[in-house]
Amino acid sequence: MSAGRRLAVALAVLGATLAAVAAVSLFVGSAALSPGAVARALSGRAGAESVESIVTLQIRLPRVAAAALAGGALAVAGVAFQGLTRNPLAEPAVLGVSSGAAFGVVVAQIFGLGPSVLAALGVAGFAFAGALLAAAAVYLIAVVPGGLSIQTLLLAGVIVGIFFTSAITVLISIVDFNRLGGVVHWLLGNLAPIPAGSLALFAALALLGFWLVLRHARELNLLALGEEAAVQLGVDAERLKRRVFVAAALLTGTVVAFTGPIGFVGLVVPHLLRGLLGQDNRLLVPAALVGGGIFLLAADTLARNLISPAELSVGVITSFCGAPVFVYLLRTRYRVSL
Amino acid sequence: MSRLVEFAGVGFTYAQPERTREGGFTLADVSFAIEAGEVFGVIGPNSAGKTTLLRLLTRVVAPERGEVRLEGRPLSRLAHAELARRVAVVPQDAPRPFPFSVEQLVLMGRYPHGPGRFFESPEDRALARAAMAATGVLELAALPLEQLSGGERQRAMLARALAQAPTLLVLDEPTSHLDLRYQAETAALIQHVNAERGVTVLLVSHDLNLAAEVCDRLLLLSRGRVARVGAPAEVLRREALEAVFGCEVSVDVNPASGRPVVQVAWPRVRAGR
Repeated sequence: MSAGRRLAVALAVLGATLAAVAAVSLFVGSAALSPGAVARALSGRAGAESVESIVTLQIRLPRVAAAALAGGALAVAGVAFQGLTRNPLAEPAVLGVSSGAAFGVVVAQIFGLGPSVLAALGVAGFAFAGALLAAAAVYLIAVVPGGLSIQTLLLAGVIVGIFFTSAITVLISIVDFNRLGGVVHWLLGNLAPIPAGSLALFAALALLGFWLVLRHARELNLLALGEEAAVQLGVDAERLKRRVFVAAALLTGTVVAFTGPIGFVGLVVPHLLRGLLGQDNRLLVPAALVGGGIFLLAADTLARNLISPAELSVGVITSFCGAPVFVYLLRTRYRVSL
Repeated sequence: MSRLVEFAGVGFTYAQPERTREGGFTLADVSFAIEAGEVFGVIGPNSAGKTTLLRLLTRVVAPERGEVRLEGRPLSRLAHAELARRVAVVPQDAPRPFPFSVEQLVLMGRYPHGPGRFFESPEDRALARAAMAATGVLELAALPLEQLSGGERQRAMLARALAQAPTLLVLDEPTSHLDLRYQAETAALIQHVNAERGVTVLLVSHDLNLAAEVCDRLLLLSRGRVARVGAPAEVLRREALEAVFGCEVSVDVNPASGRPVVQVAWPRVRAGR
């Protein structure tokens, strides 16, 4: 089967799964609504002010959309970082890039950027800058002539993550706490409903990042052979690395700005997809966009319903899934080198 | 014949000593030319600068002094893909970390011919299959690279280079992982590609006898400088080799081909023999 046909099949299957998970997610929740009531709200037959309409269309639907977007963007960022570093353990949270983005968001909130769409763009800008800063720091710490060593990269990620997390704590301590509304809850990953305008902005930025990575998917395959080999096959490796690096930081910054730093999505999803589809980034990048959406949406549905009417933070669920995968990859792929 | 590749007064030093065989090494004032259509060999001791020369030619590094030219144009003025459409490299070591299949690897050779394409065209796939057939790895097409033996992997890399449809084929130590049979087949394949497709070949090798058999001309490198250039019989002289390699050698003539055969005059250390 040609790569194009495999991609079409994979996207059809993943798309159907995403639709099914989204449907389940719309029909369950802490508000006791019958399936009939949800269906009435979705089809517009319920009154705009009715409980089922408000819960379904203004709470659950935006949350489903945000979870799918955030998961997709994080998984694509994971594939991008893994391609850049040639390391399946690389991922926004593991590399400390999410913490850098979170630092940017906290700084933006200190400047008083509120809930309007324009302000949301400002927050995303700060998050993007923070993500770039953290990613550049990790890269500069870990790079040695001839490439990036796995151990140094992971350690650099841990250190940079700790640094930015501490910086956030400092900011929270010295700034009037009321100005940083809900920041503590948000730091664990928060998919609270986002207004429609901000959601559209979220989608636009995430899709821009996705498109930038997708454009370079074929070149990322060649980079997997090593930088020298990629250059000899005609890839401008420096330009490729710069662009994918910026795209991955944009994806991470965007997700953190709108939903907080949710860990391990970029690790678990690409790992599972490689098992199904192989190493071709032209299949992995689009599949990660949909597959990441499925994963985070499922995780968030669990988070909302496991201890209902209370809620778990979605980051707790993704970390419980991500930690074993991380250990597994560490033990199997790097048995020799560690 | 026209000059395909020209090194004109090329000098190069690694900025930081790399932890490779070439550690902090220099090429100084290297000038030579590769004629279109010939099989040209670069030989010399370890860290004489062979790999550096190859990296300069493929623009992995840029010269500090002098210029490298391809078809009369300085390499610095060629786009990466433009260069890769003309020059294909079979590296010494195949990559390991990502388990791509043989076919995926060979298809990568088509990248410079359509860098804007997302998927390879049917023509790309046909050329990749022909290249795999030429090096005898077509039956292995679906296998992941990590399941291949060293020799099979090398033939897969050679197929990738052929799929690139280059004017110049660069082989870095092509027989280092191969047993005798595949060494012979590789030598035959080099000569076939050169004769049938008119591809110019640059062979970088430790194996002086392979170089003597398949090359029209040889370049002997010594400590980053050109020691000799010429036909194998002119370059592979006992005095020259002993001076460059620092050991005693004997040079005979292969009666079958008339080419030189170099052997180390093994020192006799055991008393009484």
